Amino acid sequence: MRLSARDIAIERGGRSILASLSFEARGGAALVLVGPNGAGKSSLLRAIAGFLPLAAGAFALEGGASEASIGEQAHYLGHADALKSALTAGENLAFWAGALGSDSSSGAWRGALQRLGLGHVADFPVGALSAGQKRRVALARLLVAPRPLWLLDEPTTALDAAAQGLFAGIMREHLAAGGLIVAATHAPLGLEGAATLVLGASSRVAA
Amino acid sequence: MSGAARALFTREWRIARRVGGGASVGAVFFLILVTIMPFALGPDLNLLARIGPAILWIAALLAALLGLDRLFQGDADDGSLDVLVNASLPLELVVLVKCAAHWASSALPLVIVSPLFGLMLAMEARPLALVALSLVAGTPALTMIGAIGAALTVSLRRGGLLMAVLVLPLAIPVLIFGVSAASAASGGYAPFLTPFLMLCAISLFAVAAAPFAAAAALRHVRE
Repeated sequence: MRLSARDIAIERGGRSILASLSFEARGGAALVLVGPNGAGKSSLLRAIAGFLPLAAGAFALEGGASEASIGEQAHYLGHADALKSALTAGENLAFWAGALGSDSSSGAWRGALQRLGLGHVADFPVGALSAGQKRRVALARLLVAPRPLWLLDEPTTALDAAAQGLFAGIMREHLAAGGLIVAATHAPLGLEGAATLVLGASSRVAA
Repeated sequence: MSGAARALFTREWRIARRVGGGASVGAVFFLILVTIMPFALGPDLNLLARIGPAILWIAALLAALLGLDRLFQGDADDGSLDVLVNASLPLELVVLVKCAAHWASSALPLVIVSPLFGLMLAMEARPLALVALSLVAGTPALTMIGAIGAALTVSLRRGGLLMAVLVLPLAIPVLIFGVSAASAASGGYAPFLTPFLMLCAISLFAVAAAPFAAAAALRHVRE
């Protein structure tokens, strides 16, 4: 599986954010986007997911389901957790499993919550959880519906050190199974051998 | 795909039941609108009975609009809309299922209580039945037209008023045929069946066309 971008340009509100950007990411490897605030990391992730139109260029995902768009093969995890505070953690996850076309039985989402160390809060309303716990419930969404490409925008925000380690393990497992991760972050994610794409005045791929 | 639609309907239904009392608030708002009419019009029972269907329809229209501005905004605010766009359901079906859940949780209770509130306007049994019947046929159109307005104003912080301005003119045909069907038994100008069938036609057209319009608006507005 291979995600490639050719001569991407993104504009928002008439302002050029990214221009003539090309990169390639292979299955089993992570691509980490770094750069100062406003460099276009989130815009790039949203463009890959299909939320932002491209001013030029194209993305291609080879080796996936040919009839599905890139966004439909990707998990997009943005700054917002995509959780309903009135529903319990379990109800939120059961919904996402169902809506993403996966197994929505309670065994599947309980397993995902337990992986993230949240088995005991499954029946609490999400509104009563802490910010870090909400983030972990949001991360559990990545596990309840298998999708090859993970687009993560600051995934470890609000996570404590233990949870960051836990999530690094989950990401390594996803990569070992041939998955792809593109992550924008300021903090190290704990992934060895991840390629880094520096966005900013002059975008370049570093080793 | 049907599993995803069922999951979405269940979620919307649960949220509507848990947040802010859901259906009951709309019904209470409906009750208040109906109650203040006699204060403005005076205690003339014949007048109230004659214009009762119109009062009930206007009150139902406003009450149906009440919760619609949050139809997509909640999902846009907490990031759910981003995930729904790339879920296994087409966005048009997402809109349709959300509207179906919204109709069942907020418009259907209005239909059910409308005969009860009509009693307060000194209406007879047959006009009451016709009002409820015309509301069943007409409220789906109100929900679907409102969904287009909700989708267009999804990115605005305080889009509720703008949404009402956009939607109310489009709801005029529904109001015309709804009231003329409902008042057929209480001195109306038309027989029941003709405006009722027009009302059904408007609702069917809205159910078929509005999901495409609302989904297109959602895709465009979020860029």
